[in-house]
Amino acid sequence: MELHVRPLLQIQTLHKRFHDVEVLKGVNLEVREREVVSIIGSSGSGKTTLLRCVNLLEEFDSGQILLDGESIGYRIGGDRRRRLSDRALSRQRSMTGMVFQSFNLFPHLTAAGNIMLGLRKVRRLPKDEARSIAEKWLGRVGLSQRADHYPSQLSGGQQQRVAIARALAMNPKLVLLDEITSALDPELVQEVLLTVKSLAEEGSTLLIVTHEMRFARDVSHRVVFMEQGQIAEQGPPAEIFGNPKSPRLAEFLRSARS
Amino acid sequence: MGYTLNFAVIWANLDKLLSGLALGLGLALGAVAMGTVIGLIGGFASVGPSKLGRRIAGAYVTVIRNLPILVIVLLAYFALPEYGIRLDKVQSFVASLAIYAGAYLTEVFRAGLVSVPKGVVEAGRAIGLTRFQISLYVVMPIMLRNALPALGSTFISLFKDTSIAAAIAIPELTFQARKINVESFRVVETWIVASGLYIATCLVIAAGLRSLERRFPKF
Ligand SMILES: Nc1ncnc2c1ncn2[C@@H]1O[C@H](COP(=O)(O)OP(=O)(O)OP(=O)(O)O)[C@@H](O)[C@H]1O
Ligand SMILES: [Mg+2]
Repeated sequence: MELHVRPLLQIQTLHKRFHDVEVLKGVNLEVREREVVSIIGSSGSGKTTLLRCVNLLEEFDSGQILLDGESIGYRIGGDRRRRLSDRALSRQRSMTGMVFQSFNLFPHLTAAGNIMLGLRKVRRLPKDEARSIAEKWLGRVGLSQRADHYPSQLSGGQQQRVAIARALAMNPKLVLLDEITSALDPELVQEVLLTVKSLAEEGSTLLIVTHEMRFARDVSHRVVFMEQGQIAEQGPPAEIFGNPKSPRLAEFLRSARS
Repeated sequence: MGYTLNFAVIWANLDKLLSGLALGLGLALGAVAMGTVIGLIGGFASVGPSKLGRRIAGAYVTVIRNLPILVIVLLAYFALPEYGIRLDKVQSFVASLAIYAGAYLTEVFRAGLVSVPKGVVEAGRAIGLTRFQISLYVVMPIMLRNALPALGSTFISLFKDTSIAAAIAIPELTFQARKINVESFRVVETWIVASGLYIATCLVIAAGLRSLERRFPKF
C-alpha cells in the first residue's frame, strides 16, 4: 500500500448527542486512501450515527471531521464553528458515497435512472454520458440485463447492488456501507458481499459497518470495535478476532458467534 | 295514463347539451390545473420548515372545507367586483373552483408528501442533491404517483361541481338542461338525458385515469 502523509478521513474527538443522550463520546478514527476499515460493535453503540455524521446526514456537537484535509459540515474559525450552507453541504456529501441497510432506491426510476440522477444533477453530465457510466457500473455489479427494471421488479440483493453502483458511479473518495446485508434473505447475502469484496480489491476506500464477522475478517485491513459511543479497540482483523484485548470485545465476539 | 316520454325535443337540442358538457369539462380542467398548483404550494407549506407557512396552509384548508362551494362561487362573483377585481363569469367561477379544489388537494398532497419514505430522501441527500433538487426529482414524482388516484377522484368531483356554475348563468350542461326544460316542459326527459351525460362522462374520465395509473410503475 502507498504511504500518504495525511489520511483521507480524519475523525477527531467527535461528540454527538440526541437530546440529552450522548451517543458518540469523543471518537477518533482515521482512514487512509485505499484502506478498508470495518466497524463492529453491539446494537446502539453508535456505529450508524458515526457514518451518518461523516456523510453529513446528522449534525454533531463538537470535534472535527476532515475529508482529504477539508473540514466537513462546519466552517471552523478560532473557537467558533458554523454549519455550512445547504449548497456546500450537498457538494461535500457528493464526495462520500453511502449505501444503506434498506437500499433506499428511488422507486420511480429504473436501475439506470437511479444511477444517472446524481450524475446528471450533481455532476451535471450530459444524458448519454451518464447513461454509459450507469451501464458500466451496472455491469460491474452484474446487472447489465436489469438497467431498465424498476426497483420493485428486482430482488433485494439486486436492489442493493444497484444502490452500490449508484454510490460508486459518483466516484466518491470514500464509500460508507451501513449493514448493507441485514435486510436481505440469507441466500442473497453472498452476492452483495462478493460485490463489496471486488470493490475492496480494486482499491476503493471503504468504511463498513457490519454484523458479518467472517466478511469483516475477510475484507478489511483494519477492524474497529465500538462500544457505548467510543472506539474500544482496533487493529488488524487477525488481532481483533484472534486475540481480543478487552473483555468487552471478547464477550461481543462470543455472543456474535453463537 | 299520465306522462308519456317523448325525447324529440331533447334530441333536437342535443348540440346545446353537448356544448354545455364541453364547457363543464373545460371549467373542471382549468380548476384542477390551478387547484393542483395551489395544492402543491399548500402541501409543501404544510409539511415545510416555516411555522407561518404551516399555519397559513392549515387555516386555508379549514376555512374552505367548511364553506359550501356555492357560497364560495357567489362570494367571488358578487364580492370581488366591490374591491375592484373584475373577472368575467367564467374566470370568477374557475378561480372559485380552483380555490375550493386547492384546499382538498393541499390535504391530498400533504398526505402524499408524508408517505414518501425518509430513507429515499436521505439517499438523495447522500449523493449530493440539494434540498430543491430532492423536492423536484425525488419527492414530487413519488408523491404525485401516490396522489394520482386522489387527484383523479378530485377531478371527477370537480366536473360534477361545475353544475353549480348554472347559478351564475354560465351555460354549462345543467344550465342548458334547465333552459330546455323551461322551454319544452319535458322535465323528465331533459333530466334523464342530462344525468346520462354526467354519468357517461364520469365513467369515461374514470376509465382514462385507471389506464393512466397503469402506465406508471407501481411502487
Ligand atoms: N434520531 C435519533 N434520535 C434519538 N436517538 C437516536 C437517534 N438515532 C439513534 N439514536 C440513539 O443513538 C444510539 C446509537 O444508535 P446507532 O443507530 O448509531 O447504533 P448502531 O451502533 O448503529 O446500532 P445497530 O447495530 O442496532 O444498528 C442508540 O441508543 C439510538 O437509540
Ligand atoms: Mg446501525
